[in-house]
Amino acid sequence: MFGVLLITLLLTIALVGSNMDTILKQGIIFQVRSEITDNPSISQNFTNPDEFEAYVQQKIDERIKNLGLDSPWYSPQRIGYTMIKIMMLDFGNATFLTSDNGSSDVGDILLEKIPKTVLLFTTATIIISIIGIVLGAASSNKIGSKTDRVTSTFAVISSSFPVWWIGMLMIFAFAFVYQIFPARATPDMEPSDPGYILSLLYHMALPVITIVLIGFGSWAYLVRNFMVGVMQEDFITAKKTMGINKKKIVYKHALKNAAPPIVTILALSLSGSLGGAIITEAVFDWPGMGRLYFEAITVMDLPVIIGSTYILTVLFLVSIFIADLLYGYFDPRVRTGT
Amino acid sequence: MSSISTEDIKREFTRSVLGMTGIAIITSLIIISIIATVTIPASTFQEWNNPEKWLTYPKTSIPIWVNYFTSEKIPEHKIIEPRIINSESDNTYLTSQQFPVNFEFDDFPSDFVYEFETKYSDSYLLTVSLLRPDEKEINLISTSLPFSENETVYKQRIFSTDEMIKKNIRMESEMFAFDVSDKNLTNVIFSETSENKVLKGDYTFIINTYGIKSENKIIDSKIILGGKAFGFMGTDELRRDLAVGLLWGTPLALFIGVSVAIGSVIVGLVYGVYSGYKGKKTDEALMRFNDVIYALPALPFLIILAVTISNSIFLMIGFLMIFSWVGIAKVSRSMSLQIKTRQYVEAAKIMGEKDTKIIFKHIIPQLLPYAFASIAISVPAAITTEAGLSFLGLGDPSFPTWGQILHDANTYGAAAQGFWWWIVPPGLLIAVTGLAFVFIGNALDTIVNPKLKR
Repeated sequence: MFGVLLITLLLTIALVGSNMDTILKQGIIFQVRSEITDNPSISQNFTNPDEFEAYVQQKIDERIKNLGLDSPWYSPQRIGYTMIKIMMLDFGNATFLTSDNGSSDVGDILLEKIPKTVLLFTTATIIISIIGIVLGAASSNKIGSKTDRVTSTFAVISSSFPVWWIGMLMIFAFAFVYQIFPARATPDMEPSDPGYILSLLYHMALPVITIVLIGFGSWAYLVRNFMVGVMQEDFITAKKTMGINKKKIVYKHALKNAAPPIVTILALSLSGSLGGAIITEAVFDWPGMGRLYFEAITVMDLPVIIGSTYILTVLFLVSIFIADLLYGYFDPRVRTGT
Repeated sequence: MSSISTEDIKREFTRSVLGMTGIAIITSLIIISIIATVTIPASTFQEWNNPEKWLTYPKTSIPIWVNYFTSEKIPEHKIIEPRIINSESDNTYLTSQQFPVNFEFDDFPSDFVYEFETKYSDSYLLTVSLLRPDEKEINLISTSLPFSENETVYKQRIFSTDEMIKKNIRMESEMFAFDVSDKNLTNVIFSETSENKVLKGDYTFIINTYGIKSENKIIDSKIILGGKAFGFMGTDELRRDLAVGLLWGTPLALFIGVSVAIGSVIVGLVYGVYSGYKGKKTDEALMRFNDVIYALPALPFLIILAVTISNSIFLMIGFLMIFSWVGIAKVSRSMSLQIKTRQYVEAAKIMGEKDTKIIFKHIIPQLLPYAFASIAISVPAAITTEAGLSFLGLGDPSFPTWGQILHDANTYGAAAQGFWWWIVPPGLLIAVTGLAFVFIGNALDTIVNPKLKR
């Protein structure tokens, strides 16, 4: 797993490395030139413009060398250095973007955005899974019933709609035609305000509704398919012949046995939605990781891009790891060593 | 899984309602693509991002068919071509152009523009007048073009906001029973005389040009009557005809979706089967590599790739493939692990057949039904991912896709301003295309995996 993290980092750096160098070098050139224009005395020492240019060039080269930019970005020590720094969660300073309180440290910016993304997507995923599990169990209980067919159809249809497009429609319908929810999901209050949490929840409503609307259908369908498998097992038939309440069988015994794969997919879909967050948050203007990423891409703020890709990968891997742990909890057969 | 023959699949598939619906949708999409490529020249399409090209079109106008559903008819945007009559008297040559227009709407046109290009020499005079349904003729403007001794080509646009026209209308103001000075020009000349209401009927713009040379010629001439409804799909903020973009988006979306799906399924299939068949260390190494790709966050990487390397549509297809073969490789590996132990494979091995031959001849054909199902299922994902990337503004500007139309809609705040015709159709097309492939995939899947059928 650690290897995956390293490879991700390496790939990201490899992809943005050369651009980053160009930007840094241009930054240095700009810096040197502005310093010279600030001190007119330096240019007075030169009579010949060529000589002056040579002096400037020499200054630039000096600085580039001091920062280690003279060796190309792919030289081992530079890549190694960058990677170690990022692994220690030191992402450096952002080129353009700042956090709400003005800090340009990438770590600060990310710390501010991560909780919001986690809040939005965890809430949505929890609601989706609750609806999905209840609906899925209900439809697996009566295969071919109306509930079952409606759920399956809805699952197929909703899965092919892009979330962000539904988001646009929702904004159109519920923020402008019927003005129920705000169009921009960024809360307009200061975090210190006592009403901030309420305002945040209110602004979160539309994105959550949209994500849930698109997500729960396929969830119910998945749960249903797992449950159908479990319901045909011998022990369920035995329980049925024993005369145990059918509802109890479905929700207590069958659901518990279908849990391991469901939990795995839950964790995976949670982390998968983090990637999708980029577009969803851009549509709703939700001030989380996704929008940050989008903004960073638009202005080519490379330290932010590298940092957020890294964090996204970490979150992804953590959720895979948690899924593994949960699998062991729900399905004791995979536990070893005890 | 191997017990199903192609015949069975065909028979079962034709019986599945969903599958056939999917096929029907895709067939109509293909027909749309063909119509698009035949009727709309590719040159029009390549000018999509060139604002110059769309100047004569109206801004954010509603599709014209909306008028069939509303009681109040929204004025259509019309581009009128002339009927030209030439005549000669006393050494002056008169070219009279008539631009007939039937105006049956409940609101005034927003403006009009007369656009012309002419070739003349010496002096040249031009008058514009409007013949109304009530037989009254209003002189709008008479102007002389710059004198030139040699033959010149002259191009001009006369707008309805021209000061000369305003002055002329003020002179005709006694014709109208209301105050004309504070009104938009088109609100006056298309109005009834008694009150300021639209006078419906047949109007004719008459444009006469006088010159003393018979070689004088009008090269191009048209009147654009500005309205708020245009075309089958309306237009967007940059005056582009959305019908063109949507029609051309269809073949592109199909191309992207299908090529990504086929490419990634082939790669995944061969990779998985090879890994499963070889087993041992090869399997271990290949599967670890597979895990690495699987654990990479796809969308952020696609974005970085698009930004740093290139956003050309063909490269984008390649990038999408990188992230979509992984799941298929996993499944086909486990399938090949099963097939590998069958007797005929063992027999082939003992007979000394080459590994590649066994894989391609004995194992992969067994997996083909599964492969087709997964091609169909992975098309929508490819289309939506591409649309998502385009939506973020990372699409290929020389090939506008549905996602890019939505990107523009989002940038210009279409949702806030209620331009539903700019938001709904592209998304709906994405969804319908995806749905068609999901239908086919599901239908195939139920046949291939009989377990799901109950």
